Amino acid sequence: MNDIALTINGQKKNLTLAPWTTLLDALREHLDLTGTKKGCDHGQCGACTVICDGQRINSCLTFAVMKDGSEVTTIEGLAKAGGELHPVQQAFIKHDAFQCGYCTPGQICSGVGLIKEGHAKTDDEIRELMSGNICRCGAYPNILAALKEAMSK
Amino acid sequence: MSDLIPQPGRYVGQPVDRYDGPVKVTGEAKYAADYAADGLLYGFVVNAEIPKGRITSFETSKALKVDGVVDIITHENRPSLAWFNSKYADQDAPPGNHFKPLKDDEIRCQSQPIALVVAKTFEAARLGARLLEISYHAEPFETNLEVAQKDAYEPRSKKSGFEKPSSRGNFDKGYERASKKIESRYMTPPETHNPMELFASTVVFDKKNESWIVYDKTQGTVNSHDYLVNVFGLKKDKVRVVTKYMGGGFGSGLRPQYQLCLAMMASLKLKASVRVVLTRQQMFSFGHRPAALMDLRLGANDQGELQAIEHKVVQETSRFEDYEENIVNWSGLAYKCENVSLEHKLAQLDLFTPLDMRAPGATTGLFALECAMDELATALEMDPLELRKRNYTDKDQAHRDRPFSSKELMACYDQAAEKFGWSKRSAKPRSMRNGKKLVGWGFAGGIWDAFHQKAQAKAIFKDDGRLTIQSAVTDIGTGTYTILAQLAAETLGIDIKDVTIEIGDTDLPPAPLQGGSWTASTLGTATQISCRAVCEKLFTLAKKLPDSPFANVKFEDVCFASGSMHVKGDPSRTLELQKIMKLAGESKLEEDGKTSPGLLDMIRFAKNTHSAVFAEVEVDEDYGMVEVKRVVIAVAAGRILNPKTARSQILGGVVWGISQALHEESVVDHRLGRIMNHNLAEYHVPVNRDIHDIEVIFVREDDTHASPIGVKGLGEIGIVGTGAAVANAIYHATGKRVRELPIQLDDLL
Amino acid sequence: MNPFSYHRPTETKDALSQIQKANAKFIGGGTNLIDLMKEYVEKPSELIDVNALNLRGVKTHADGSIDIGALVSNADCAYHADIQTHAPLLSAAILAGASPQLRNMATCGGNLLQRTRCYYFYDKATKCNKREPGSGCDAIEGFNRIHAVLGQSSSCIAVHPSDMCVALAALNAEIHVRSPRGERVISILEFHRLPESTPEQDTNLHPDELITMIRLPANPYATHFNYLKVRDRSSYAFALVSAAVAFDLEDGGTIKSARLAMGGVAHKPWRDLEAERMLTGKRPSKDLFATVAKHVFAKARGYKHNQFKVQLGERVLVRSMTEAIEKGVKR
Repeated sequence: MNDIALTINGQKKNLTLAPWTTLLDALREHLDLTGTKKGCDHGQCGACTVICDGQRINSCLTFAVMKDGSEVTTIEGLAKAGGELHPVQQAFIKHDAFQCGYCTPGQICSGVGLIKEGHAKTDDEIRELMSGNICRCGAYPNILAALKEAMSK
Repeated sequence: MSDLIPQPGRYVGQPVDRYDGPVKVTGEAKYAADYAADGLLYGFVVNAEIPKGRITSFETSKALKVDGVVDIITHENRPSLAWFNSKYADQDAPPGNHFKPLKDDEIRCQSQPIALVVAKTFEAARLGARLLEISYHAEPFETNLEVAQKDAYEPRSKKSGFEKPSSRGNFDKGYERASKKIESRYMTPPETHNPMELFASTVVFDKKNESWIVYDKTQGTVNSHDYLVNVFGLKKDKVRVVTKYMGGGFGSGLRPQYQLCLAMMASLKLKASVRVVLTRQQMFSFGHRPAALMDLRLGANDQGELQAIEHKVVQETSRFEDYEENIVNWSGLAYKCENVSLEHKLAQLDLFTPLDMRAPGATTGLFALECAMDELATALEMDPLELRKRNYTDKDQAHRDRPFSSKELMACYDQAAEKFGWSKRSAKPRSMRNGKKLVGWGFAGGIWDAFHQKAQAKAIFKDDGRLTIQSAVTDIGTGTYTILAQLAAETLGIDIKDVTIEIGDTDLPPAPLQGGSWTASTLGTATQISCRAVCEKLFTLAKKLPDSPFANVKFEDVCFASGSMHVKGDPSRTLELQKIMKLAGESKLEEDGKTSPGLLDMIRFAKNTHSAVFAEVEVDEDYGMVEVKRVVIAVAAGRILNPKTARSQILGGVVWGISQALHEESVVDHRLGRIMNHNLAEYHVPVNRDIHDIEVIFVREDDTHASPIGVKGLGEIGIVGTGAAVANAIYHATGKRVRELPIQLDDLL
Repeated sequence: MNPFSYHRPTETKDALSQIQKANAKFIGGGTNLIDLMKEYVEKPSELIDVNALNLRGVKTHADGSIDIGALVSNADCAYHADIQTHAPLLSAAILAGASPQLRNMATCGGNLLQRTRCYYFYDKATKCNKREPGSGCDAIEGFNRIHAVLGQSSSCIAVHPSDMCVALAALNAEIHVRSPRGERVISILEFHRLPESTPEQDTNLHPDELITMIRLPANPYATHFNYLKVRDRSSYAFALVSAAVAFDLEDGGTIKSARLAMGGVAHKPWRDLEAERMLTGKRPSKDLFATVAKHVFAKARGYKHNQFKVQLGERVLVRSMTEAIEKGVKR
């Protein structure tokens, strides 16, 4: 077992974990942060996307122990303390950018990462750079609309 | 009942934001695997590596040595299961010898679950599962429908919802007489639902009361509940099934999946709370859209009037259940034709029993029919849309020429064609291009059923002015929460923020499976009735009050708005609903709303939704990659309660249609009897970049027979027809008619 | 997943001593290794996390060569100004692969060691010589849509899945590695290998060698280049066929030198030096490109489900060459 410390959504968490615990399983099973979802556990769907040290990553494909000392933002940490939603969250509601909602935390974290990276300017670039997040409900046109709105703010 | 039809108002017919939006964008919405429990154990399923045979032995010692592994449950040591086959028949079970998890040593299909490793951590269970050694006695198997079709048969018992297709007239004569004929074989592969949420059950055991709360991924809480009660011989009131949110179903949750049974088994055996989550690979080990081989012949006269339609299918089923879906029936319903010959046969494969997948049957059958119509249009040198119009029918010829309850298909054709710019299409294949890309425009029509089921909802109005609607029904992402809240708020004339929707729980009034596009009409009606009853009760109370402003008016004379009841046309005679409660000394009103199918209407009318789909594709002329650049779809589906969520439903259906045409196939290696692309990297569904402009048009359709609230349902109509529209566009772009799905770039080189 | 001990050395020498332990493996981004560990295909008992080593940074030398630290993420590499200016082919190839999340995680060193996506390699219920030497190959007679048409053997028809490596092959990258025995440089062309009778070995890297950096020699290919990737969906999918092409043109348009590398067709990025020589000194033309493409695939051999790759490969190569000429960025 390894002792690690993670700063999650601004709070420092100390954990004792087997090294083969993924960051995703650590969040879900050890920290009860179940907003981050497991859709494939192999980096093939994007449902587990979180923001780690400022970058969007697939939390299923990294061991928590490898992120010792890192800052992680999950879907639970995007809204302001008072409850005001992040612009991407607001835009997702306004544009109905989800149906079942299961891929949504990953889509939103990915969208936040995309905006920060700043490489997407056109619709096609947004589509391409959001292609690591599968939405089986097929909400893609609405996800695009939501991100365009959030980017304009 | 027609007075139940909700009129557009403050909420109904408005693009109200999704009720469950805030919890879904913040990660608060809890899905089956998201619930915690004290002392929770984790189960990891082990699946057979051969498709058929027997288990000769388990070698468990290595697995049991893993730190944290608690037990390994197999057919040799499982708790007792029901003896009778009928106990395993869930609400969506086809006739047959149902699959019984860990029943015995027999392996009856590819990747059958054969053991559950239970441990204190997920990781230990997973390792234990890898270390379990199994010996098999393998037996010959067959997974190839093209081989198995020689033994095709018509089963004696029919699955509920399956209608034996009826032929009419004389096909041979009509075909003989036709001046233009086409004959084609279409093949569609097995597809796997692959909702984003992995199938999961968290079974929370209450030691003190020997009872369970089961958080299950299911489209029917009642279905899962009854299955557990029957299979394990439990008392009904000891099990409660909860599905507050479901990460997509598309039909995969219409039957209880095996993780539910295995988690309960472990809980019973170990007297503990247990969670079992399937892996993505395991999501390929149960029901799926069945493969189908379809032979079509169409004959028409020179004017394009259909003289004869023949549609035969051999559809895959398992060795143990006769799963049938309505594949060919649509060919007898869609167009005017006197001579129709339809045939549906099954062939058995050593795969799990197929399972309804978004618009089961129609997606498959209408793909073939609508491509065949395109072929016929080509043979006739006629515009494909014109061919459809010439064969328009206002009667259901398969059922004594009964009329449709409503059918605004012509309006769909015209409005979508106009929006798409269809009149600018150059008819010749390979005649349109954009640089290196061949451009194609294709058209197809879609049909689905407008169902109505039996269900119940409860409305509870409290003196704080808040209204709660309760039902066991689930919202699988379709928007059920939202439309129920809209209907309830509209009926009572209260703010939607004062409405709470409590669903997805077997402690609440019973509801059918969420599927078949019937939930909006069914639960919408039950909600409407329960809220109406609350209104009547409020009226009765108000009328009795001293100096009541309603003393001498009838219920019909009042209306409900802004949290008050007032006399129509005289807003001064009004009372706040909260005040009525207070003055009447009531703290809570509870009313049930029940609905069931209108049997008379069922017989008198054909009840269907319709669509017209236009698609534009670009095909790279060198390497055949296809992009669907534009889809315009017009839908006639009765009353639209919420244009925002309704549009999303159709968008999703269209994405599925594109996926059907270009991507989806569960590829079976027939030498191994094993699905090989069992992951999301190789089982392709569209990603964001694959999807371009999709325009949805809802055609106005007033219907007083399809359901009491005039709603027909939207979950499925979006996919039907879209696959064919894309395939027809590809033909138009390339001149190549690909009749086997999915259409991949190597088909177009 | 196999239980393992985890180490996170901060000095390269410690990493090199820890890797000497039995069944030890380095881990960088982890995007492929963890994936395979979950499938129980990879079962290391010691994981040496190299992320704390000083192997980051992109450095451009005066002679125009560029050093890319082994731990530079795929995203950082692709978006790095110097790479975009001097090796835009590499940028394009990297951005055609995986997803933004994976590119943020995956390292350039790790990408070199990406293992095949062969369905059978991943599925322990089947036979695979790469996974279990001597067990056989279920892909040859099985579902082999994504498999090799060039350089395969009777024991393995898997393909190398990387996009990045195809561009590296075209750019003659040098792989710098270190072991307790010292340093050595392996040409990208010698780095990956063909399966022959030992498909379990993807590369010529020794198990105790650590990739420290990738050096891109100065190149004249920042103007006329193209990475064309053809796949079953428009993004987030592995290549069926890809072609990295680069030309250095004379002022008059004659080809001074050319580079061609193909992905998705072989057990390694497929460079064809002879084909490059056929282009040298010639004026670009449709016929020339067709002849060259025919030559590249002359010895190709397909199977039941990937026969199309031969024709597809030729067309993709011609198209990529054409686009490299036509769409050359003027600077």
